Amino acid sequence: MEWYYPFIVLAKVVIVLIGVSLAAYINVYFFRKELGRMQSRMGPNRVGPEGLLQSLADAVKMLIKEDTIPADSDRLLFKIGPALLIIPIFVAFAVVPFSNDWSFGQTVLHPVISNTNVGLLIVLALTSMGVYGVVMGGWASNNKYGMMGSLRASAQMISYEVTLGLSVIGVVMLAHSLNLGDIVEGQASGTFATWYIVRQFPAFIIFFAGIMAESARPPFDLPEAESELVAGYHVEYSGARFFIYQTAEWSAMLLWVCVAVILFFGGWLPPFGALSFIPGWLWFIAKCYALIFTIIWVGATWPRIRYDELMTLNWKVFLPIGIANFFIVAAWKTIAASLGVGV
Amino acid sequence: MPTNYIGIGLFILVGMGFTGATFAAAALIRPSNPNPIKLEPYECGVPGVGDARDRFHIRYYVLAMLYLVFDLEVVFLYPWAVQYDKLGLFGLMEMLVFVAILLIGYFYAWKKGALDWV
Repeated sequence: MEWYYPFIVLAKVVIVLIGVSLAAYINVYFFRKELGRMQSRMGPNRVGPEGLLQSLADAVKMLIKEDTIPADSDRLLFKIGPALLIIPIFVAFAVVPFSNDWSFGQTVLHPVISNTNVGLLIVLALTSMGVYGVVMGGWASNNKYGMMGSLRASAQMISYEVTLGLSVIGVVMLAHSLNLGDIVEGQASGTFATWYIVRQFPAFIIFFAGIMAESARPPFDLPEAESELVAGYHVEYSGARFFIYQTAEWSAMLLWVCVAVILFFGGWLPPFGALSFIPGWLWFIAKCYALIFTIIWVGATWPRIRYDELMTLNWKVFLPIGIANFFIVAAWKTIAASLGVGV
Repeated sequence: MPTNYIGIGLFILVGMGFTGATFAAAALIRPSNPNPIKLEPYECGVPGVGDARDRFHIRYYVLAMLYLVFDLEVVFLYPWAVQYDKLGLFGLMEMLVFVAILLIGYFYAWKKGALDWV
């Protein structure tokens, strides 16, 4: 390890942090524009060309707004709640590889901050920790809507955490690794036929519903069901702390989309070998936005589901399918090994 | 490689710095005119009755316990899944026994209504 290694890592960290925050705000614009079009509206179109600066204007406005802290709240927990949600989500980006290696002559740059062999486990562990920020925000604000919102959010997040974790086991078995880069390389064959969405389609359905529930996107947005709960766990938040909560929610969605692209859509791999002249990072971004588009599309199409339906879907449908899925993979691998054919 | 984890440690520090800087910057430029009515909890304009940290439904506790059991199971599954090719049929049988014991509890919870949300 060279003496300058930590500085390279620090530079990567700063670049990823800025990129993720920017992408979160581009996603807000993308979301509002797409949702507007799907509802026969224009979406934001006043600030800047085509409304492109709308998210920036919103961010500036949130930062200069007064920060009210309710009189009966737990001031310490109220203040650190947003930080406890956003930091684990940011840190989880440290294990996400955004592209294949870039080589400039002799030097090779790995577009991943921490190339650990337990990457997927770190992502799941850190996103579980985000629940603390949600619970603390709702509990500390001493508001009945906030309290109910945080209870619902935590119940939903921990429930779907289980099936999300189960659904990726089939992928891990096929890839023989928890390293996200190795999982992408495990799908490489020149075409999209070996991507894990083809080989693990039931797992992808569970994972996709799981990421929508984890990032509280419609139709799974019960933690912030406006008609019942006003805004959910952050109902008392304003100003900079609300800004941090919003950034955290959009970053979480971006994180899950990146992980979904890596696990099921071959990350930076092109769908056909003939298209490999397009650089990997462009494929990665294109796949991410295709998935974000789909998530918003599903949210614009389906009405919000009932809470008991949400829990039944997770515990009585997804959980048995998830367990059956990885046993089928295991049995198939054993049979294939005894027959001497590749999986 | 332990050096791989430098990035995670640095990211925690930079993430804390980002959040702290946002709060600090906002604290410098925002107004602050609190008054007792503004600091009341939001309750549709009506004065709130009682404390929000009231009793809540027992289902949330049941759910938290189910989560503990199943999420721990999932954590045990990861090393098994990575090493599956080396374990082979033995690994499959071991995991069938492990999950079968867990599924007995799962169906018990189902029959008892712990999975119903009414």
